[in-house]
Amino acid sequence: MVEPDYLKFDTLSLHAGQEPDPTTGSRGVPIYQTTSYSFVDTEQAAGLFNLEQPGHIYSRISNPTVAVLEERLAALEGGVGAVFTASGMAAFHLACATIMSAGNHVVASRNIYGGSHNMLNLTMPRFGINTTFVDPRDPDAWRAAITDDTRVLFAETLGNPGIEVLNVPVIAEIAHEHGLPLMLDATFTTPYLMKPIELGADIVMHSVTKFLGGHGIALGGVVVDGGRFDWAASDKFPTLSEPYDGYHGISFAEEYGHQALSMRARAEGLRDFGAAMSPANAFHLLQGVETLPLRMRRHVENTTAVIEFLEENEAVSWVSHPSVSSHPDHELAKELLPKGAGAILSFGITGGREAGRRFIENVQLASHVANVGDAKTLVIHPASTTHQQLSAEDLAAAGVGEDLIRLSVGLEDPEDIINDLARALRASQKG
Amino acid sequence: MDLEFQGITVNFATGGVEIDHSQPPVLMVHGAGMDRTVWSQQTRYLAHHGFSAMAVDLPGHGDSSGELLSTIDEMADWLAGLIRSLDLGPVRLVGHSMGCLIALETAARHGDVTERLVLMGAAAAMPVHPDLLGAAERNEILAPQLMTAWAHGTRAHIAGNPTPGLWMRSGCQALLERAADGVIYNDLFACSSYEAGDIAGQVKCPITVIVGSEDKMTPPKATAQLVAGFSEVELLHLEGIGHMMMLEAPDQIREMMLTALQ
Ligand SMILES: Cc1ncc(COP(=O)(O)O)c(C=O)c1O
Repeated sequence: MVEPDYLKFDTLSLHAGQEPDPTTGSRGVPIYQTTSYSFVDTEQAAGLFNLEQPGHIYSRISNPTVAVLEERLAALEGGVGAVFTASGMAAFHLACATIMSAGNHVVASRNIYGGSHNMLNLTMPRFGINTTFVDPRDPDAWRAAITDDTRVLFAETLGNPGIEVLNVPVIAEIAHEHGLPLMLDATFTTPYLMKPIELGADIVMHSVTKFLGGHGIALGGVVVDGGRFDWAASDKFPTLSEPYDGYHGISFAEEYGHQALSMRARAEGLRDFGAAMSPANAFHLLQGVETLPLRMRRHVENTTAVIEFLEENEAVSWVSHPSVSSHPDHELAKELLPKGAGAILSFGITGGREAGRRFIENVQLASHVANVGDAKTLVIHPASTTHQQLSAEDLAAAGVGEDLIRLSVGLEDPEDIINDLARALRASQKG
Repeated sequence: MDLEFQGITVNFATGGVEIDHSQPPVLMVHGAGMDRTVWSQQTRYLAHHGFSAMAVDLPGHGDSSGELLSTIDEMADWLAGLIRSLDLGPVRLVGHSMGCLIALETAARHGDVTERLVLMGAAAAMPVHPDLLGAAERNEILAPQLMTAWAHGTRAHIAGNPTPGLWMRSGCQALLERAADGVIYNDLFACSSYEAGDIAGQVKCPITVIVGSEDKMTPPKATAQLVAGFSEVELLHLEGIGHMMMLEAPDQIREMMLTALQ
């Protein structure tokens, strides 16, 4: 049987979206540090503005450096297109604003990044879009929460803080049974560990700030369009299926079909909301994406070594990561994440809030920051930082115990990471 | 635009512009397993450059309803009927791949409905690899994958999409994945069993043929064989471009179409 001779993932990470610069031969992706692009003549300018022909007009809408990154991420995810934004939150907002309007409703996992939770829970209701939050592990809860106004189901491939593994094929099927798309935040997995579109997701977004960029130096977000969802099959998505006065009566679904979402998100969303990525940030993030497969393999290896160490350490009362057999999604992770369940884990420290504080103050190599997915190992103790105003009961309700330490395992030599953790764990017990 | 014709809904992309009976009509016909959106880089441009541009979804494809038509002859007869019902007079008929066979056969059998032909990815015979035909018959994802792999030139497998943010390979695969079960097989089988016969003797209108040097599905040699039979034919070359030339080289195709259609 013949096989499709597609370029493979590692190759696409380096090449997709870029050819050597036609005028200079530059092998690296040039930073097109420009706001605008000279038109050939008025006829071409009119054609560009009217979506009659493709090209760059103004860097809020598109930029050649950013476009390389967009094509590359679409290639890695197996999506038909991608739109980059200034941050992960901007990507989340862009996707929501492209497919929804006032009166619409979202069903979302309750175990998502705090910023995304705030946007859905507090901010979007001001614009008439409300959300019902459900237990991501409970398919019946997803089904029960869907109403006539629902327009999207949203979750993270790996949740927060319990690293819940989403059963993507099951939740995608529930969405599709109701004529709805499934949108996933795949920040913690990256396309190296999971290809959500192949598993049934319709829209994938990332905080590119994290593992995709990999170096903790630039913010960025992306919306990837899976291209398999039929926006014109019902009247639920008029932004895509109805004529739009913003471009002389174009219907994005009629003209672009499977690429309607990518086209509308850029033509309307970047044009009007303007959360565009800067070309310099695109350049920085591209350097990270080039080595994504190498880094993710190492992140996973180091995570395995760190977990083995933590499980044996007497100052550690529990370790939560899908690769640990006691994790509720251990079997599901083997099926959906055969290359590993990411590099973010949490563990419980004996001695609670006070021991947690002492642990953090005694790590020397690991960095104490409010971030994840850096090449460097990061730690945080939510009970003494991000969640310090909460009582023990409130913490428990948020799924964040007083003893919880979150670790984002980096690319240092695993022995050095372990030695650092061992020293800080010893110090944490000397109260 | 939707139209009721012979009891089914026929869907067209018209570039967001209403059909204007005073403008010369251009009708674009897609290839096997695909739909109107393969012309997305041309339809709207032509619609704003003096043509009534219509990219049609064949029955059972894209957003058109109806049963699949199982031979090229049936498709040509159906298309001729559709053109007559549009009441726009003879059209400039543009075809891609299987759409070329339909266009040629329409011009051969119903010379009154075609003013000229523009063909892309054309050959007089379109044999299909048995593994592809088998995968299509079993509705396996391998069929969209093989078609996508073969339908693009080397460059399109890496980069070079002039539309910022779009990725060509998955664009093609997703389009083919959206086809209902049986559609790809129906079309590939129709292509592989088509025999052109004395098509050159029957087509009376002028023809422009565009060929990509890296077309693996209708290779330049096969296109040359087709062209050799015709007297009034213009052959245009695209260097480094594969079978999906309307998307791989949209700017060049737009210019070639504009010239050929005038
Ligand atoms: C899972 C997840 N999604 C989204 C975001 C938001 O991304 P950004 O900080 O790039 O706006 C974050 C950031 O912490 C995140 O961890």
